[in-house]
Amino acid sequence: MIKSNIKLLVLSFLLIISLRPLQSAEMVDPIKVDWSFKGLTGTFDRASLQRGFQVYKEVCASCHSMQYLSYRNLGEPGGPEFSEQEVKAIAASFEIEDGPDSQGEMFTRPGKPSDKFKSPYPNVQAATAANGGAYPPDMSVLVKARKGGANYIYSVLVGYEDPPPGVTLDDGVYYNKYMAGNKIKMPNNLMDGLVEYADGTESTVDQMAKDVTTFLAWAAEPELEERHKTGVKVIIYLVLLTILVYLSMKKIWSRIDSEV
Amino acid sequence: MSEHEYVPKSKAAKWFNDRLPLLTLGAHLTDYPTPKNLNYWWTFGGILTFCLITQIVTGIVLAMHYVAHADLAFASVEHIMRDVNYGWLIRYIHSNGASMFFLAVYIHIFRSLFYGSYKSPREVIWIIGLMIYLLMMAAAFMGYVLPWGQMSFWGATVITNLFSAIPLVGDSITTWLWGAYSVDNPTLNRFFSLHYLIPFLILGLVVLHIWALHVPGNNNPVGIDIKKPSKDTVPFHPYITIKDAFALLVFMIIFAGFVFFTPNVLGHSDNYIPANPLVTPAHIVPEWYLLPFYAILRSVPDKLGGVILMFSAIFILFVLPWLDTSKVRSAVFRPIYRQFFWILVIDVLMLGYVGAMPAEGIYLVLARVGTIYYFLHFIVVMPVVGYLEKTDPIPMSISEPVLTGGAEPSLARKVNDKV
Repeated sequence: MIKSNIKLLVLSFLLIISLRPLQSAEMVDPIKVDWSFKGLTGTFDRASLQRGFQVYKEVCASCHSMQYLSYRNLGEPGGPEFSEQEVKAIAASFEIEDGPDSQGEMFTRPGKPSDKFKSPYPNVQAATAANGGAYPPDMSVLVKARKGGANYIYSVLVGYEDPPPGVTLDDGVYYNKYMAGNKIKMPNNLMDGLVEYADGTESTVDQMAKDVTTFLAWAAEPELEERHKTGVKVIIYLVLLTILVYLSMKKIWSRIDSEV
Repeated sequence: MSEHEYVPKSKAAKWFNDRLPLLTLGAHLTDYPTPKNLNYWWTFGGILTFCLITQIVTGIVLAMHYVAHADLAFASVEHIMRDVNYGWLIRYIHSNGASMFFLAVYIHIFRSLFYGSYKSPREVIWIIGLMIYLLMMAAAFMGYVLPWGQMSFWGATVITNLFSAIPLVGDSITTWLWGAYSVDNPTLNRFFSLHYLIPFLILGLVVLHIWALHVPGNNNPVGIDIKKPSKDTVPFHPYITIKDAFALLVFMIIFAGFVFFTPNVLGHSDNYIPANPLVTPAHIVPEWYLLPFYAILRSVPDKLGGVILMFSAIFILFVLPWLDTSKVRSAVFRPIYRQFFWILVIDVLMLGYVGAMPAEGIYLVLARVGTIYYFLHFIVVMPVVGYLEKTDPIPMSISEPVLTGGAEPSLARKVNDKV
């Protein structure tokens, strides 16, 4: 009696959890991509992260900031893992405002690995004004900030279409199958061959969308690889300890004429 | 509780114990006679203690790096996630720990409901427990505000606005709570201060909760009093400690599964968008553990009525020991009440589900039906079933499940199976 009821309870609980995504039924479900960072032991594809950074730098960064990342992160384990020299070169390619100096003046200098990613606009208002009233969101945690995560970001990047008949769009508004409300103010910026990948990979729209989404997934969760690795160890440790404690419990309770 | 007075072995220990009987307390806690038939639903007290300590320890570390300022809070959380050594681990333990805490407390509460642990002579334990639960909800709500994401900000706005439903002084009270004319930096600051305070209040109440428990002793699955302490009970250590440890480890495996593999699944993605007072999210939803109450709140078309009903849903539990008229504690021997118990469980789960949905159409209907049943269960079902129900025969003692009322011996076997 109790046992079957518990089963029922567990089932209803699972049902509740599985039904939650129904909340936004008006949107088309994002495309499911088999990301390398999915699953219990998922890791990032290093080459894809490096290509993704290139797409971000050459395409996205002209409008989107990533203010919580530092250039040094690009060389850290679990990320794109650029070499120390490469990280220094990347950082130095940006002019960073610093100061005030001893005269009270602000000055610019080449970036250092410890600097945060340089933002394209000085503030949110400037970014909004320059983009037709739509603020291009900061992309540091964008993958965690959108329902559907990496799948959703990828889907939006490849989801541009001509509007269906009957849908009229204002100037500077584009139709996107996967965007909430289907209207997006970001134009379709990806086209085949847009960037020239250093590793010779063909830069199709799909490839660039996957690479930059991988890069954004890492940016949002730079700890992912370490988290997965530690998690596996922790669970193995806990399971072994649980077995030992279970056996001890059985032994201790065997002194009593009662079941545990 | 121990049958003979504890005497420390060494002279120094005796000297100290005569002045502050800490060793006597320790001896009492180890020897504490516990019913030997406790099942795994009884392990959640220990699990909850673990949850509280975990939240306090991780919380103290997080507070060393967190900045309670409207302009800096979101960035300081990202700083914890990215730059603090193992900051991501500490924060994910803390945020998932809140969910695990509530998961455990709901099991603990429903266990009490099933086995009648709230009944005489344990009413005070029950009431202290409910006070802990109320404080937990306050702490969790304020904690969710601290990262200052969109759901933090708008959740805080919705909940604090509830107080504006109070006639005449509502608006003044809300402004006073905010410390401003909307949810703003002063609100964040005081929420941080209170969020740090409440766990220690809970800790104090936990001590009282356990103290009150140790007066009558544990209830047990059969729900009858201990008749022969030597046969019916085991010393708390090592029997219960090892069993609690085993259950805690299983719980920790599930906990670790969330922390390491799906750390954000129980949260809302909007909370990774920095708070913006000018943009309202499409759906404002609280954390899952508050959803049943949110559903009750929204099931009433009138704001004040909704607020009153929501608070009543919690406060009705305080008079539960006096609403239940049954002389029998454990639902194992209450065939009718047992059915209603499971209906209540499903009702609360359904309320939680519709609480996450938009308050319209079928969801609103379900919320209203669920709310009505919730109150009917406590106001009508519990008193009436207690009077009318013919309970099953009850064993004489825990160790000798011989039945009263001359029932056939096979029932004793049945009882053991159920337990």
